[in-house]
Amino acid sequence: MIRVDRSFLLMALIFALLLAAPFVLPLVGQTYLLSLLIKAMLLAIAAISLDLLIGQGGMISLGHAAFVAIGAYTAAIGLESGIENILVLLLLALLVSGLFALITGALALRTSGVYFLMITLAFGQMTYFTLTSLAPYGGDDGLTLWSMATLFGSDVVQSGGHLYLVVLLTLLLVWWGVHRLGESRFGRVLRAARDNPERTEIIGFSVFRYRLTAYVIAGMIAAVSGLLTMQHAEFVSPALAAWQRSGDLLVVVVLGGLGTRSGALLGAFFLVIVEEVLGSFIHEWRLIYGPLLVLLALHAKGGLSHLLLPVTAPARTDAPRTSEDHAS
Amino acid sequence: MNALEIRNLNKYFGALHVSRNISLSVPEGQCHALIGPNGAGKTTLIHQISGVLHADSGEVVLAGQDITTRKTWQRAQAGLGRTFQLTSVLPSFSVLENVALAVQARSGSSFRFFRPAAQEKDLNEAAIETLERLNMADRAHVPADDLSHGERRLLELAIALAGAPGFLLLDEPMAGLGRVESAMLIDILADLRRSIPMLLVEHDMDAIFQLADTVSVLVDGQIVAQGAPEDVRNDPAAKAAYLGDTGQ
Repeated sequence: MIRVDRSFLLMALIFALLLAAPFVLPLVGQTYLLSLLIKAMLLAIAAISLDLLIGQGGMISLGHAAFVAIGAYTAAIGLESGIENILVLLLLALLVSGLFALITGALALRTSGVYFLMITLAFGQMTYFTLTSLAPYGGDDGLTLWSMATLFGSDVVQSGGHLYLVVLLTLLLVWWGVHRLGESRFGRVLRAARDNPERTEIIGFSVFRYRLTAYVIAGMIAAVSGLLTMQHAEFVSPALAAWQRSGDLLVVVVLGGLGTRSGALLGAFFLVIVEEVLGSFIHEWRLIYGPLLVLLALHAKGGLSHLLLPVTAPARTDAPRTSEDHAS
Repeated sequence: MNALEIRNLNKYFGALHVSRNISLSVPEGQCHALIGPNGAGKTTLIHQISGVLHADSGEVVLAGQDITTRKTWQRAQAGLGRTFQLTSVLPSFSVLENVALAVQARSGSSFRFFRPAAQEKDLNEAAIETLERLNMADRAHVPADDLSHGERRLLELAIALAGAPGFLLLDEPMAGLGRVESAMLIDILADLRRSIPMLLVEHDMDAIFQLADTVSVLVDGQIVAQGAPEDVRNDPAAKAAYLGDTGQ
């Protein structure tokens, strides 16, 4: 029980710091860092949705960035077509990404394990090349947006307004929602299917349906991250869907700690901060970043979340064990 | 109406004919035991009844419903409970959560996304009730991974029972159990069999003579003898099948 409280405390602390940042950082002349924090939070939103797939569902996707890109492009194309209300754009992004997830998920979930990884990678690449061929929307070069979405005409959801707080609020809602989802009846079935799909079917659950639903939910959350990414960058490009982005998300989730409450968030901040700090020292920062990942992979099993919140071994029960204990 | 009826079931693995025209029926309130040497196709038959494998021809009828083409989870929803020969539980779940998940399968939709399942009183109470029937309520909060082999077998039965099955498939429930544990499990099953009809695959002859109303002997995918336990014991075909079988 103590662990639960501590992980919530850690999250409360992170959210408090994030809330204080826009008020404190300008005082010390570090407004630039706010943009960095937005980047980290957007990455965290996408990573939390991927952790729903991997950590809870055991579905290792290497195409998750496609959903971020679909959210961003749907919103960008909506903007270009004259739709300015961010809520309408959000609805569109959710619809398009949800539909894409439903179709690709229904196909991908006929496989599992490494084949699932390959097929999601293929759908990700298909998305990438489709976006590069969208000539009216910039093709390869991407599309710079000259006017951004508004909330009923208010600029509160733009970089000039309170985009930071909007992103923070979204992150909080997504984090809390996914956390609740994991504990719900649905989440329980999803975790059971991850541990033992055969048993879960025999108990009476269609593993496919639960996984597909999770896949659609995760895709839609990633699309929200995409919509806000567009709003922050004021630019969209096919690079959003590049498989390297999906790889980054995978690194974030694994590094942070699979299926933990704080893992995806910690991983995202770690990645963005390390990239920034190392990048400011030397140009070839990836030379250090690579070995750093290797070290973490070797020494921080269970991810950053376990490094910060080591799990005390669960209390062993003292019941006598039979000699056949390990027979089968 | 029979609780379970299997008609002319055939299954091939490539050229290997592993189920040969198998027919058997289990009336309400009865325990039907399936015995036979290793490799006779007992588990293959159980798989075809529970839907893990699909028969190439023939029918599986559960309480009057033809379930031959149904998927595993649909068969479970139709009232078929099952345990595995090699214990199969959810290792990272607590004992209670293992059983509560099975309760969840028969009480309302599980497409509920917000309310913490662990706080649903109905699920937990029904799960504890099931665990009490098997004398393991005191182990409710232990991770399933920490259970002894015998306890895990009981947990598996608890999961099957929590789904309130109309029929139970038990694939060697006594396998690997000690004498005391076996005796306890036989008592539990003896209590259950009048309310839940069951098909029992077992090598333990003590268990079979105490539990079974009818016994079928399966050899090379074919039923070679069928009848009351006493009759089967003296059946020449059944004797021949077991001669030279080192197992029991």
